[in-house]
This record gives sequence, C-alpha cells and structure tokens, in this order.
Amino acid sequence: MTKIVPDVICPFCGTLCDDLEVEVSDDGKTIVDIYNACAIGAEKFMHAQAKDRVTRPRMQQPDGTYKEVSYDEAVEYTAQMLANSKKPLMYGWSSTSCEAQSVGHEIAEQVGAIVDNTATVCHGSTLIAVQDVGIPSCTLGEIKNRADRIIFWGCNPTHAHPRHQSRYSIFPRGFFTNKGHKSRKVIVVDPRKTDTAKMADIHYQVEQGRDFELLSAFRVAVRNEELPDTVAGIPKEEIYKGAELMKSGRFGIIFFGMGVTQSLSKNHNIDNAISLTKDLNEYTKFSIMAMRGHYNVTGSGQVLGWQFGFPYCVDLSRGFARYNPGETSSNDLLRRGEVDSIFVLGSDPGAHFPISSVKKIAELPSVCIDPHITPTSEISKLHVPVAFVGIEVGGSCYRMDNVPIDARKVIDPPEGVLTDEEFLSRVNKRVSELMEAK
Amino acid sequence: MSEYLIKNGFVYDPVLGINGDKTDIAVKDGKIVKDSELSSKAKTIDATGKTVMAGGVDVHAHVAGPKVNVGRNYRPEDKLFVGTAKSGMKRMEGGFSVPTVFRTGYNYARMGYGFVMEAAMPPLYARHVHEEIRDTPIIDQAALPVFGNNWFVMEYLKNGEVENTAAYIAWLLRMTRGFGIKNVNPGGTEAWGWGLNCPTVNDPVPYFDITPAEIIRGLIEANEYLGLPHCMHVHGNSLGEPGNFSITLDTLKQAEGFKPKGSFGRDQVLHHTHLQFHSYGGESYASKSFESKSREIMDYINSVDNITFDMGCVTLDETTTMTADGPFEHHLTELNHLKWANVDVELETAAGIVPYVYSPKTFIAGAQWAIGLELALYAKDLMKAFVSTDHPNAGPFIRYPRVIKWLMSRKARDNVLDNILKYGEKVRERCFIGEIDRELSLYEIAMMTRAGPAKALGLAHMFGSLKEGMDADVVVYPFNPEKDDDPEKIETAFSNCSYLVKSGQLIINDGEIISTGRKRTLWVDAKVNENAQVMRDVEQKFLKYYSVNLGNYEVLGEHFLPNPYIIEVDATQ
Amino acid sequence: MTKIALNLITGRTIQQGVAMEGGKEKDAYTKACGIIELDLSDLKKLGAWRNTNVRVTSPYGSIVVKAVEATQGPHPGLAYIPMGPWANSVTDPNTYSTGMPTFKGVPIEVEVAMNEKVLGSIELVQKKCRGEV
Repeated sequence: MTKIVPDVICPFCGTLCDDLEVEVSDDGKTIVDIYNACAIGAEKFMHAQAKDRVTRPRMQQPDGTYKEVSYDEAVEYTAQMLANSKKPLMYGWSSTSCEAQSVGHEIAEQVGAIVDNTATVCHGSTLIAVQDVGIPSCTLGEIKNRADRIIFWGCNPTHAHPRHQSRYSIFPRGFFTNKGHKSRKVIVVDPRKTDTAKMADIHYQVEQGRDFELLSAFRVAVRNEELPDTVAGIPKEEIYKGAELMKSGRFGIIFFGMGVTQSLSKNHNIDNAISLTKDLNEYTKFSIMAMRGHYNVTGSGQVLGWQFGFPYCVDLSRGFARYNPGETSSNDLLRRGEVDSIFVLGSDPGAHFPISSVKKIAELPSVCIDPHITPTSEISKLHVPVAFVGIEVGGSCYRMDNVPIDARKVIDPPEGVLTDEEFLSRVNKRVSELMEAK
Repeated sequence: MSEYLIKNGFVYDPVLGINGDKTDIAVKDGKIVKDSELSSKAKTIDATGKTVMAGGVDVHAHVAGPKVNVGRNYRPEDKLFVGTAKSGMKRMEGGFSVPTVFRTGYNYARMGYGFVMEAAMPPLYARHVHEEIRDTPIIDQAALPVFGNNWFVMEYLKNGEVENTAAYIAWLLRMTRGFGIKNVNPGGTEAWGWGLNCPTVNDPVPYFDITPAEIIRGLIEANEYLGLPHCMHVHGNSLGEPGNFSITLDTLKQAEGFKPKGSFGRDQVLHHTHLQFHSYGGESYASKSFESKSREIMDYINSVDNITFDMGCVTLDETTTMTADGPFEHHLTELNHLKWANVDVELETAAGIVPYVYSPKTFIAGAQWAIGLELALYAKDLMKAFVSTDHPNAGPFIRYPRVIKWLMSRKARDNVLDNILKYGEKVRERCFIGEIDRELSLYEIAMMTRAGPAKALGLAHMFGSLKEGMDADVVVYPFNPEKDDDPEKIETAFSNCSYLVKSGQLIINDGEIISTGRKRTLWVDAKVNENAQVMRDVEQKFLKYYSVNLGNYEVLGEHFLPNPYIIEVDATQ
Repeated sequence: MTKIALNLITGRTIQQGVAMEGGKEKDAYTKACGIIELDLSDLKKLGAWRNTNVRVTSPYGSIVVKAVEATQGPHPGLAYIPMGPWANSVTDPNTYSTGMPTFKGVPIEVEVAMNEKVLGSIELVQKKCRGEV
C-alpha cells in the first residue's frame, strides 16, 4: 500500500507550487508517483530516485578522472581551501534552504569571502533597478483575486514557470475574478511568438533588444502624448491601444523575465518597466513582479539582506559587507582573476555562466556541492553530493513574491548522503579551528 | 546558573516606587532575587555613581520582516560608511536606519533594552518575521500580526459576529506565532488593493462595506473577549495628513465604554501608536497653516483611563519609512519623489516603503519633532506614554537616548529650536514646545521605557521592574544623577550602557558585548471553544482565494522558533 | 560556405528544464539544448536542411549545434539556443559594469557544419576549459 504526502512544495522554480502530492511506497523509501507537478517538477522528484545517483564525494585526480573520497576528506579539503584563500567566491545558494544559506554565510564571514547567488545571471538587473526606483508589487494571490490586466514582458512562463498561469495569473477564479481567464486581458511582449504569446489578446513582437524604447513609448502613450510612427518595430496605434487597455483595467500586473534583464539595457529596462508601473498607478492599480528563476534565489537574497544588508554580490573580504555589482559580481570577479578559489553550492555555473568564466573555475581550486553530475562538478577539484532540498530534507524557501514556504522532506536521502546544512556545519566548525590557528 | 550582585547604583523602579535610592539588585538563575539568596560565588557588578534600571521594553519598532528587508535590500546607501567589522563572537554589523539583524540586537543591548515588539507582521509572511527574529541576537522579541484589513475579520465584524472574530484571531495567533492584535489604517489598506483609501473612520471599505470605526470597535471587543495580554494596538486612519487630529479623536473615542478583561494587569483597551503622526492641525504643511494639536489630543487622553500611546518622535534624521499603511506611502512618494516599494498581501494587508529626510532646514520636520515631544510632556500619567520613534519611520531606534535627553532637558530642546532648526521661530509659533517648561525625571523616563510598556503589553510579571521574581533584565547606565548635569551626558550614557544582564546572563560587561545570550520568541496561545464555522470558512478561503495551501500556512518547526516562550490564555468561558 | 548573420537570444524551454533535471550528462540534455532554433527563412538562406549540424560563431566563441526549425516563430533574423553550455560558448560575457553578462542579443554567424559533432555537455565544458575545442 502506498501513501500520499499532501501539501508538498516543488523545489524547482520561483513559482514554488505547494500543492504537489507525492505517492510514496509503504516503507516510505521510494517515490512511486507525483501529482499536480509540471513536467519539470515531476522529473526532479522522479530523478531523485535514479539508481545512478552519486552518493559519495569525488576528488579530481591529476589525469582528470574522479576518485571517491569520504565526507571527512571532503570537509577537510573544503575548509582548507576556504581558510587559505585570500578572496574566495562562494556562489550559488539558489537551490538550497535558507538554513543552509545561513551556515554558508557564517563560513563566508570567517574567511572573508564574496557571497553571490544566481541573481547575478538572472534578476540582478532587477535588484539594481529596485535600488534606483523602488517597486510597486503584490503577492500572487492578489493577482488571482483582483487582476484583470496581465502583461508578460520578456518572459515565457509556459516554458519557464509552467503552472504559473493556471495557479495565479491567467486561469484561476478568484474572489473578484470569478470568470477566470474570461475576466482577464493578456498582453505579451516578446520578439518571438512564444507559446505564452499564443494566449495573448495582444502580442507585441518587439525588435529584440529594444524593449527600453517600447517601455518609454508606453509611458508616453499612457500620458496621451505624441509618439513616432513606429517604436521598436511596433506601430504607434498598437501602442496607444495597449496603453488604453492597461489604463482601463481595475488591477494590472507586469510579469517580466530574462528578455529584459539579460538583454543589453539590463537594469535600465527594469527601471523603465517599474517606472511605467508607477505611472500607471496615477490611473488605476498596477503592480510589477519579477519571475524569479530558481526556487530559492529569492530566499538567498532575503537572508543576505537581513544578515548583511545587500541581496547579492556581497563582498565580505574586508571584514564588513560591501556591495558593487560590476565589481563584486561573480562573472566580473572571475574574468578579472580577482578570486583565488571558488565554492559552488545549489547552482550550475559550469552550464550557465559564459564559457570564459567557466574556464577560470576550472583553473582555480574549486568545490562543487550538488546532488547531480553537472558541467560544474566535472571541472571542479571536488564534487560533494548532497540531499535534495524539498525532497530528502526540508527547509525554508521564498517564492517569487517573497512569500516564505517551508519545503518538506518526503523521503530519506540515499544511505550516508549528507544535507547541505550538515556538510556546511562541518566545514564551518573546521574553518573556525583553522582560522583560530592562524 | 550565574549569580550577580549589582551594587550601590541609583535605582529607578516605578513599580517598586524606588526613585534614585542606592539599592543593591541581586540576580540568580535568571531571576531577580533577594540579596540574601546569593552565595559567595556571586560576581559583583559595581554600579557606584551609576543609574540602574530594569531592561528597556520597546512597544513598537519595525525590526523584522518582509518590509524591513525591502528597506535593507533596496537601500544599499543606508550601509555606506557605517559598517562594523566582526570581532570575537560578534557578527559584522551594517545599516543606519534599517540595521541588519545583528546590529539590531547589539544596538538594543547597548541601549539596555531587553524586549522589543515587532510592530506589524503580515500573516502570510510570518515565517520571514520569525527567521529575522531568530537571527536577532540577545533581545527577546514578539510580533503583532495585522488584522485591520483582514477579509475574515471584516466579514465577521460586518455581521457582528464577535465570537467568530475572536476564534479566528486565536487561530491566526497560533498559525503565525503572534502576540496580539495590530490594526493598521483600518479598512484603508484593503481599499488600497484598488488604489483607494478610507481617510475617515466612517468611510466604508469597498465591497466589504464596513467602516474603520466598526473594525476598531470590533477588534477591541474581540481582544477583550479573548482577554489577551496586550490590547488592540492601532495605527489610525489618515496618518500624516494635516488636520488629521479630528480623525484621531474619532479613533480614540471608539474605546469609550470598554474595560480591559483578563488577568494580565493592563488598564487600557486601546494603544494608539506613533501618536505624533496623528496630531496635526491645519490644512497643509506650510507654516502659515500647519499647527500642533497635541493639546487637544492629550486633553482627551488625560481625561480617560483606558488608552495608552507611544510617541513616534521625529529625530531629524534621514531615515526609511515603512508601514502597512499602503496608501500613505504612495502619498509620501508623490510628495518627495523618492523610490517607492509596495506589497499588497492577499486577504490580509499591504506594506509601503519610502525613504524620507526629516531635514532640520524645513519647517515641517521641526513641527513634527515638536509634536512628538509635546504629547509626552503633556501626559498626566507617564505610565501611559511610551518612548518610540516608530522605528524607522520617524527615526532610527538608536535615537531613543536623544529623545530621552529632549524629554529631560528644556535646554536641549531650546538648543534644537534655536541652533538646529532653520525655522525654530515658526515652530515656536505653530506648536507648543517652546512654552513647555516640564523636564521629565529619570523616574518618569523609567515609566515611559520600562514599567509602562511592560504593563501595557501584559508582561508586567516578567519585564519592566526589578521586583523579586521578575526576569533578571538589569541595566547599568554610566549616568550619575547627582553629578551629571550636561544633557549630552544623558544621550551618551543611555546609548552605551556599562552593564547589561539579560535573563540573568551577563551580556555587556564594562561597555563591551561579551555574550549573545539566548533570546526568546514570545507568542500567545489563546484557547477558545471549538468553532466549526470559522474552521470551515478558513478551509474555503484557502481553497478558493489564497495562493498557498492551508497545510502550509502554519509556522511550524523549531528552526523558526528555537526558543519559544508561550503565554497561554484561556478564553473558553 | 554560406554564412548568415543573425541575432542570438538564449533562454529556457520545457525540454531544457526536464532534461536538466534528468541529468546534464545524459543524451536528453544534449538533444534539448545542443540545438539552435532558426526561422525557416533563415534556414533557407543558409541553404541547410532541418536538423543539420551548424557552427555558430560570435566575437566570444564558437560552438557546433544542431539547427532545428523555430518552435515559437516566425522570427526571421533571430536565433534561439536554449540556455546551457552550448549557448554559453558564444554568449557575450561582458557585463558593462552591471554584473550581468549579455545572454540575449549576441551577434552570431552561422554556417553549415554537417561533419562536425555536437558534443555532450560534460565533454564540451571539459574540452573548452582545456582549450581543446
């Protein structure tokens, strides 16, 4: 007989669905099936069962192969590496719990490291823009219950946040929106006719990289001022039409993603989008929200915030916290050769950083904490497997709207495999001893 | 456990009626005891020539939670030049108006505070509040969940269902590990979900069709039905608006006819927070129109016996405003054009954050500064008036010693009016501060910062006094009441205590933090009769309207409250 | 050899997400991410059949991926490579002092490379780091 574990939180993306149901075997040791998850979440849960899981740390040998070592040896190598570095980079943090992040911060403070999370290649642009212009926002339930104008700008939730539209943004029947998607009008801005754009009432196929101009144009249109005939490939009539649609709603929301954070105008795009939202509040209620990628990148930003005062790119090397994206950001530090070791946990820069940064990781002393084999683990000097947060160990996580949800443990990790928190605690203790001796 | 004898200090304890007598205070096993109970192992702390008080109790500060963290993350400039490196067991510190959690704990300890109430907790974000509280060293804390714009509360009160309201409140206190009832801009913050507001107590909330006055009275009734340790704690409508004093009087008058119930010892049924922001006359902020209405407000408060308030004193700093009064924050950004953050929270509340500069070069900041002090100086009973800056809204909490200096010294106030404010003369004309001679004594300050707040919170059995049996929160300030006559000395002494014993542990020794103690998170567990209707309503609303599952709402787990202190209330009669 | 100039953007797809969670060392990941989505008109310009290997070159690097027909087109002039080590072999590492590399909006040249192989992610990253490809 199997049993169903309800209210399970999915540890994949910032949508942080908490309505998953996991069917476990009677002895509680195997996940048999999973309900309500999207394809990606389901794969994550089922793959945790894979027979070829790495269950012990692996140290890179001179010939490039990997040899199994004990957790004790792994702790020693990691602690030595961090304690002996002048300026180590501790990167990732987005696919683990806040408890683990906090222990990581203790280590970073002791050794004077840079602590950076995946926002550095994702919504870092947003964090910078918010520091310039603020951000009018709301929780996802407000969208469900009130929003009748939904804008997806530079994001494709059908692919990246698959259940977002059914749980929060387009289909739900909320308190003031009981006709579901029929209560709502959808605008999508994307240089491609994405699967999300296929849901839209209006799709603006903007010229790639020219979102800044189109955002400015909307701000002009909202004020009923004059526009040139086309902006960013969009005819002005269409822009006025969109502005009217926005103003005529009772509650609007702009969801945005990498299309505007990673293209050339970066934080300026987001600044302009937030300013457009602020402008729209002169006419009706409008909010804006970043579609956060990893399931706990938001949490990393929160813990860094309350402990050090900054959400990412935190440089602790001088004994007090400093912050300057462009200077203290991972990719810039790696490119300029300004870090002498790298510790990665809860992300995969080997796959997701530009290759020139990855080359630097391969050259430096490096440790990769990850349940999976990844490009990062296969170029690091040491690979330490850990339990999956949200499947094999619980922990505090923060959703894209900053709502904290406590992920559950559904089954045990493979025999002998530590959790992030356990591994980090051992490293922390060893680092204290080493720093004391110095 | 450790034993201490704090010897020979000038003790101020309004509960025991000690007004500066040289008395010894004995601490053993975390409590205040009789001297005779100490063994020879007791360590002596020499408090000769110094002031001794119970640990401070802060009734209202925004120090932990989502909007506080927005303030931190979106203001990197708040960290510039004020960071402190880690040393020994102290973590690194950062931030001026929105300090990091480590700095928060250490600075409160340096000021001799033992307990801080987090002023507003949005229930959906309760875990975040508790994570920050857990990470804040030394001080005991609790948090007040907000109820004044809650969909359940508004629907029950609209139907006059006090018992259901009380059952829901008890349930929510348990779900969020909360302490009491906070009521911010009643009704107006729900209206803000549509970009609207409720400026007066009689403006009905869109759709829910209940007025702020009804919400206030309903929450008072529910609070007394439950007999909670603290009373309904309200931030009235139209905060910050010129002429709002009449709305404030309307708010205060909702308490008429109510008497406190329960066994926790408080006298009040309504606590109005940061009263300074609500005591304005005139029609604009210009000096020819704006005026202080502190007299009118205090005439009323002095005439009743069931209201307490905290000052919300403006400190003339650059700071960060943050409040659940969403519409007010939007209004503020339209005024000063500084970056505005806003978060509407489904079914529950909202928050807004905007930086603000209370420049001494402006008339209005000077007038606001004056009004906060006037309210306290006009108070008949200082056990009902508490020091606060609505941190960080009117100023950072590290300015409490400066506020104390202003309350104790006419000379210090005149210095501000004559030498710091650009429009001091105008402030003298439009406000009353210039004509007030009153200088509060250390005894009265002890009322405003310890005895009074502890009593109002229903915590007089633990905090606020050096009576035997109380928690051993004892502080020694390097201030000699017989010799020190320079008002600046008040500020420096109360900013950096010589010794702090917290829950019987020595935290500060000779001005240095030597331990982070073991802080507790206090919360109130109110038992009510089973209420099937409320449980059904809860299930329904979670199913249909919330974006999280009911099974994931409760703050469960040791990792959120590693050292809880639960206050049980039996409301099953 | 025909070379066409295109504008490259990189990003998520469901297949990339599922394959990633299944293990980046597996074939499914290469199938999902070792590709470049081209508009039909651009495939024509290039003179390539669907599912042909092509070499993509930018000022920042070069990579061999399989050219497939755009799944969310039409978008002539725009190319799409799902995020991953293939995409990041050619994306712009410059952050222009913002900390953020330029993953979207990279000028590329594409030419047919029928005889070149699409490497698996691990082999690709290891060889790139050693300077072997």
